[in-house]
Amino acid sequence: MGKKKLVSLAFLMLLLLSTALYGCSGGDSESGGEGGESESGGEKVLIFGRGGDSVSLDPITVTDGESFKVTKNIFDTLINFGEQDTEIEPALASEWEAAEDGLTYTFQLQEGVTFHDGTDFNAEAVVANFERWAAGDADQFPYYKSMFGGFGDEEEHVIESVEATGDYEVVIKLKRPQAPFLKNLAMSPFGIASPTAFEEAGESFGDQPVGTGPFKFVEWQRNDTVTIEKFDDYWVDGEPKLDQVVFRAIPDNSARLNALLSGEIDLADGITPSDSETIENDENLQLFERPSMNVGYLGLTTTREPFDDPKVRQAMNHAIDRQAIVDSFFEGRAEVAKNPMPPVISGYNDSIEGYEYDPEKAKELLAEAGLEDGFTMELWAMPVPRPYMPDGQKVAEAIQSDLAEVGITAEIVSYEWATYLEKAAAGEADAFLLGWTGDNGDADNFLYVLLDQDNIGSNNYTYYENQDLHDILIEAQTEVDEDARNELYMQAQEIIHEDAPWVPLAHSTPLLAGGTNVIDFKAHPTGSDKLASVDME
Amino acid sequence: MLHYIGQRLLQLIPVLLGMTFIVFMIIRAIPGDPAQVILGQQASEEAIKALRTSLGLDNPWYIQYFDYLKGLVTGDMGDSLRTRSPVSEEIWPYLAATFELSLFAIIIAVVIGINAGIISAWFQNSWFDYTAMVLALIGVSMPIFWLGLMNQWIFSIELGILPTTGRENVRDPINNITNFYVLDTIIQGDFNQLATVLKHLVLPGTALATIPMAIIARMTRSSMLEVMRSDYVRTARAKGVKMFWVVYKHALKNAIIPVLTIIGLQMGLLLGGAILTETIFGWPGIGRYIYEAIGFRDYPVIQSGILVVAFIFVMINLFVDLLYGLVDPRIKYD
Repeated sequence: MGKKKLVSLAFLMLLLLSTALYGCSGGDSESGGEGGESESGGEKVLIFGRGGDSVSLDPITVTDGESFKVTKNIFDTLINFGEQDTEIEPALASEWEAAEDGLTYTFQLQEGVTFHDGTDFNAEAVVANFERWAAGDADQFPYYKSMFGGFGDEEEHVIESVEATGDYEVVIKLKRPQAPFLKNLAMSPFGIASPTAFEEAGESFGDQPVGTGPFKFVEWQRNDTVTIEKFDDYWVDGEPKLDQVVFRAIPDNSARLNALLSGEIDLADGITPSDSETIENDENLQLFERPSMNVGYLGLTTTREPFDDPKVRQAMNHAIDRQAIVDSFFEGRAEVAKNPMPPVISGYNDSIEGYEYDPEKAKELLAEAGLEDGFTMELWAMPVPRPYMPDGQKVAEAIQSDLAEVGITAEIVSYEWATYLEKAAAGEADAFLLGWTGDNGDADNFLYVLLDQDNIGSNNYTYYENQDLHDILIEAQTEVDEDARNELYMQAQEIIHEDAPWVPLAHSTPLLAGGTNVIDFKAHPTGSDKLASVDME
Repeated sequence: MLHYIGQRLLQLIPVLLGMTFIVFMIIRAIPGDPAQVILGQQASEEAIKALRTSLGLDNPWYIQYFDYLKGLVTGDMGDSLRTRSPVSEEIWPYLAATFELSLFAIIIAVVIGINAGIISAWFQNSWFDYTAMVLALIGVSMPIFWLGLMNQWIFSIELGILPTTGRENVRDPINNITNFYVLDTIIQGDFNQLATVLKHLVLPGTALATIPMAIIARMTRSSMLEVMRSDYVRTARAKGVKMFWVVYKHALKNAIIPVLTIIGLQMGLLLGGAILTETIFGWPGIGRYIYEAIGFRDYPVIQSGILVVAFIFVMINLFVDLLYGLVDPRIKYD
């Protein structure tokens, strides 16, 4: 058993191993990664890395952002949101007119538009889409239910009729005025689909979507990639600029960043605030900010002691140092929140003074509530990162130590996400971290959905009830005069501020990153980005 | 032999049946309503109710269970609650992706693990032995998450020789025929693409191979050490057989049986336990498919996914049991 033999054997093994690995790493001596490779045939292909796969590509059947990210580029809506805001702009409807009473809308449609399958886009096609939606149910078309109240002949259904009054003219009649009606129409779920295609495909339309959008569907490999390519007959001149877009699911945030750094993807979603510095220091990369349309908050369940006392809820608001939370866990890429909705939304009440960080004041309020010795509570921390709450656990720890200052002992608990939401909705949490990203940029989508008594058991997790607030919110839903409506929402925010069912924490700015070769990418606040005008160098 | 196989297959039925029952009960015991999760925070109360009814979640559990079993008998694994497609169709590409990765990983683990184990036993207490066993100990306790990300950083970003994530170059996708990309590229005779596909396998494959490799090395070493002390090995050496042949021919044959068992078990574990690797390397495999289904409370996918993995696990072990007979003719199946 000579030592020489041993050494030479070890070398042999090493040699074998390295050849095997080299063999695997490919014969071509040029760069093995996909980064440096030039795109084949000069085609402009954009690879968009994101955290999850789509559920379905039939936009009306889904509610998740990852689905809309793709369908936004396959389908057009009658009305568009602005490039980086939720103001309304013409799209498939080139102009429209609302009657004085807010009950009748007349749309003039864009002429010369065709669907990807060659079907003509006209008034008939629009009517066919609305008929398809109205014939569904809440299970099939959940967003239609949320936005337009119901289906078919149901009383809650806002839309009375949709009629083609010319080849390119459609009249929509409502049963009662709906202030955010046009904004609703601009939402991704209401993309206009080819009637020929959805009649033929039936349930499987989500696997072979056909719209009028800038890109047409090519292929979907589940949990991996969705590929769409340029639609040559797109009705907007000069768009789209890219030949192909591939949406790739890479669930792990760090791995997605690695893929971007190595050049395998061109654009990455879900960049954590702590990685922003890496990107800004890399000359090949650029950082994109998605305008904020969200809120992260600490909800206080108003039916549980001692949070049934508004004084205690106000004390909580004074006890927590939001600025410190924003600085440490959002890396400053967020705005401290004082209202339940972000300032970009029309009707935001800027005259409200947020509760300032003041532990002494908090102690006084607790004493007034008869709790001078403090109390013990459970503090629920979100188990998953969300743009409005990048790290629930750490935020909870910061809140815990703030509360300890004023004598409140908070025990941090957490559950798996689906369980967390169900238990919170059942009112089982004392205080819980949660948040919301807006759908259509309307105040109703924040205040009514999150804090009205109608939504207790669903999105009003705090069980907060206030009749005055309810009356105002309901009135605002049908108020068509913009100023009068904003005035109502201002009042609503005052009531909420006084009752303090939440500790509003932050309106965060979600981050994306891309190579410097990506031109004209504009991140949209709703989270679904239209890539028609994006180009690559 | 055939009798034995038949017997083993019959034993499979109560095992799988018991498993479907346990999985069925566990996933219903955890809180969380699939309808709520599918429709998301935005959903209205009525939408959730309607969905529950249409998914059959309103029925008592035993009716749901028997409906599920009835379906299984006719080859219907149910429809995914989330995508509404049949699980039996959906599952195949994921299974193929995981199978390809696991096979690649287990080959690395076996080749390196067994050889390292043999050499360690051969030169017991040498520096090679010590190094290999320390490495094996590190390997067993290695956090795959960290290892995967470090490898991405070194080999993709710093050295630029391997891709970080995925199965293929999405800028130049392969023609998919069987969902086994290595096989597809060979069928089409496209060796550039074969190289690309193999390159994509290297990082996730080695990350996945780390733990089994270490376990196999340790197992082989201890098994070899035992055999090396036996009389017949001493006889062989006394007869002047070269040490190399004594080790690789005489000793290994008897030492390999327990190692085979470990390999079989590890292969089975890789199939279902590759979730972390699949997540870090963006690999569209069965582990992630089932894991995400748990997040969405997608009952049919969880049930049928676990059933399929369990079935393969049992089949691999049956195959390993049959291998014993080939390796050691003393083992008979009656």
